Amino acid sequence: MPNILAARSQMAMSLAFHIIFSCVGIAIPLLMVIAEWLYLRTRREVYLLIARRWAIGAAIMFAVGAVSGTVLSFELGLLWPHFMKWAGDIIGMPFSLEGFAFFTEAIFLGIYMYGWDRVSPRAHLGAGVMVAVSGMVSGIFVVIANSWMNTPVGFRLVNGQPIAIDPIAALTNPAALHETVHMTIAAYAATGFVVAGIHAAMWLRERGNLFHRRAIAIAFAVGAVAAVLQPISGDASARAVARLQPLKMAAFEGLFKSGPHAPLALGGIPDVKDRKLLYAIELPSMLSLMTYHNADAVMRGLNSFPEGEWPSPLIAVHLGFQIMVAAGMAMAGLALWGAWLLWRRRTIFDCDWFMYAMVAAAPLGLIAVEAGWVVTEVGRQPWIIYHVMRTADAVTPMPGLEVTFTLFTALYCFLGATVAFLLWRQVMLSPTGEEVAALARVPR
Amino acid sequence: MSALPYALFFVAGVLLVALTIYVLTGGADYGGGVWNLLASGPRAAEQRDLIERAIGPIWEADHVWLILVVVIMFDAFPPAFAQIMTAMHIPVTLMLVGIVLRGSAFSFHSYGGGRDSAQRRWGRLFAIASLVTPVLLGVIIGAIASARIPRNPARLSDFVAPWATPFCFAVGLFALVMFAYLAAVYAPLETDDNELRDDFRRRALGAAVAVGLMAAVVLLLSIHGAPLIWAGLTERVWTWPLIWMITILALAAIGALWTRRFALARLCAAGQVALILWGWALAQFPYLLPPDLTIYNSSAPPVTIHILAGALAAGALILLPSYRYLMVVFKTNPERRRLRGRRRGTLTGG
Ligand code: HDD
Ligand code: HEM
Ligand code: HEM
Repeated sequence: MPNILAARSQMAMSLAFHIIFSCVGIAIPLLMVIAEWLYLRTRREVYLLIARRWAIGAAIMFAVGAVSGTVLSFELGLLWPHFMKWAGDIIGMPFSLEGFAFFTEAIFLGIYMYGWDRVSPRAHLGAGVMVAVSGMVSGIFVVIANSWMNTPVGFRLVNGQPIAIDPIAALTNPAALHETVHMTIAAYAATGFVVAGIHAAMWLRERGNLFHRRAIAIAFAVGAVAAVLQPISGDASARAVARLQPLKMAAFEGLFKSGPHAPLALGGIPDVKDRKLLYAIELPSMLSLMTYHNADAVMRGLNSFPEGEWPSPLIAVHLGFQIMVAAGMAMAGLALWGAWLLWRRRTIFDCDWFMYAMVAAAPLGLIAVEAGWVVTEVGRQPWIIYHVMRTADAVTPMPGLEVTFTLFTALYCFLGATVAFLLWRQVMLSPTGEEVAALARVPR
Repeated sequence: MSALPYALFFVAGVLLVALTIYVLTGGADYGGGVWNLLASGPRAAEQRDLIERAIGPIWEADHVWLILVVVIMFDAFPPAFAQIMTAMHIPVTLMLVGIVLRGSAFSFHSYGGGRDSAQRRWGRLFAIASLVTPVLLGVIIGAIASARIPRNPARLSDFVAPWATPFCFAVGLFALVMFAYLAAVYAPLETDDNELRDDFRRRALGAAVAVGLMAAVVLLLSIHGAPLIWAGLTERVWTWPLIWMITILALAAIGALWTRRFALARLCAAGQVALILWGWALAQFPYLLPPDLTIYNSSAPPVTIHILAGALAAGALILLPSYRYLMVVFKTNPERRRLRGRRRGTLTGG
């Protein structure tokens, strides 16, 4: 395996692993805070129980998120030293701010997890709010760093070196807004669906269990709101990409030829040799319409760019985009179905079909997140800094990177399997309906 | 002559302070793992429990100091960061594996539920990873201090030679015993049980001697291993005052342990370790990565440094009170605090 390929694979694998824990780290504190707030308001023990059960799972997720994130911050230097040497002082800013967000998060997480009996209920809830806010903020800062790699600004190039550096301009680069909004919503959507799906599976095993019922209500509410917003934000992202990185947009769609009335492709496999999209369903003019609200608008196709600059593998970008959008549409559909059930029948819990759908939809958000990142990151290739530095020029001279790639892959497989097992065990330990009912009868 | 680069000094100072706090807090968390491995006698289980209780709420916050060190490093001194990460690829990678295993094994052990043999194995893995990681951290610091990091490493041997030396491994061991020492000194403050306190008091006294021995070994090996450090530690004006202060603090820590004044012992031991670290930093000043890169010639442009300095100062306004709050909640006398919390639901115990 060539070194560059090993480095790219190791980076991709580490990020794909970390992002799962990040999504949970951003969103689960919000779910816990809602549950705890409901407890303080209603004094129903079941809400407190939910918050504490989620906290156990979250503690495991947080620890693995923290260590895998640490690996990433070193890997930026271990794998891409030339990139960091060149860009460290331009994008170090969001990372440093992120450092502080991590701090507040870790500090109040300690208080939240271990402080149930040590601080007052209000202070405890406050700690939860701090964790939720700082988790979101830290995600935003990292994604800003990433958006700068897509739309690098805040410096002038002289002889290949950056001068007149402006870290604030880098912080407010043109891709920052749409990427951070889209990612943040993604975290709530993905986590809400996973949690709701797990509890829905348990509900189907034991209908009437108040614990799962209330848990679903909270998780689904958060996930559904996010899932409805996500296509709107995704549409904004797509239009921004068409403007800022037209080649990337063409790769999303597998659009080879430039021209007006560009069709929207559903599915399909891009054939790089013959330069056409095979087996796709094409909706005429839709792409021009969606992107520019005008069917006559000209979309640039892959053919209008030198082939050496096409993202590779192209198929990953195109399929990743299709998978993300399909998952997003399915999630938004499920959210609307739930809203309809609530409106017509006053409850979502009488419809078994809906519960089964919720179980089936549990992984969709995480799948969309992974696919979305493949789209963004592979779509940026062959550049590590778009139109400024090639990925191949950034890689470390350290020989034998396939060894470290294998090492980390094995390590993460092991960790992932362990986390899955431990969480499964926690889920199986969740209280039965009788236990929950008994709790409500305890005299206060 | 231009004005002194105050912002640069400030940023470099924060870098050193962050590293110091990481060693004093995160280091002690590793040390706790060492004592978990070495737990023995009739109270072995209680010793392990104490360590776990002490580390649980704070280790993630302690760990972030390391992240802060890394991000300041690549924001403020990108060339030094790039060069260290390139040449030190192997020990850094191994250290990361240690960090990953330690953190996740600890949380699997605490939150995995059940007390079966699998859970015990997580505890064991946590302890072993705690043993290995500090050694690697020390090796990396040792390699930086020895000024032998090649500028353009290419062959595998270039990636091994700079750190595969007796001096680097001596620094690694030094870090390990220092961390174990800190953990043992802090531990008696975590319990009211006098027997348990004495267990750790004995361990702390033993570790204190080991720290002294390793300090001597490292110093002697530095004559050949890290001439710059040796020169710095022997020939500058501040040499003797510093060495005296470290010695006095070391003896005071031992005296306080002997007389069971544990809070005082904690203060002295922390001061001793901090000064050892600063001695290294002073001896190496102004080099960040000798023999080429100083904080002047490897720093980011002034705008970046100024903005970073501002961000660090502003961040400290949020960070320091929060960190203090964490310490007050978990590291002050439990009796006083217990009165404030209210016990809640039974089934909800987590
Ligand atoms: C729950 C997850 C999720 C869902 C349902 C969607 N996305 Fe997405 N998408 C992401 C999660 C995501 C992501 C993983 O968060 C990305 C990667 C980078 C980013 O900023 O967000 C992303 C990137 C991303 C990009 C690339 C941005 C760039 O390269 O700068 C576009 C154009 C879209 N998305 C568009 C959409 C559309 C039209 C959707 C319609 C339903 C959609 N996304 C659903
Ligand atoms: C889209 C990408 C990313 C998002 C949204 C994200 C978000 C988060 C969040 C919310 C956390 C804290 C929650 C948890 O511990 O599970 C976290 C942890 C962490 N992340 Fe990421 N991250 C991303 C990518 C990265 C990258 C690229 C790096 C490094 C360069 C990184 C470095 C870290 C570190 C060091 C931690 C540990 C902090 C701690 O000790 O608490 N992350 N990330
Ligand atoms: C956490 C979600 C993310 C995922 C799943 C992800 C995924 C990927 C993938 C698949 C690659 C390999 C692309 C290729 O080489 O073909 C990659 C590369 C890379 N990503 Fe991301 N990415 C994420 C977020 C980020 C963030 C937030 C940053 C930076 C702050 C970042 C920085 C990089 C770098 C430096 C590379 C290597 C150079 C390159 O291939 O261009 N990524 N990532």
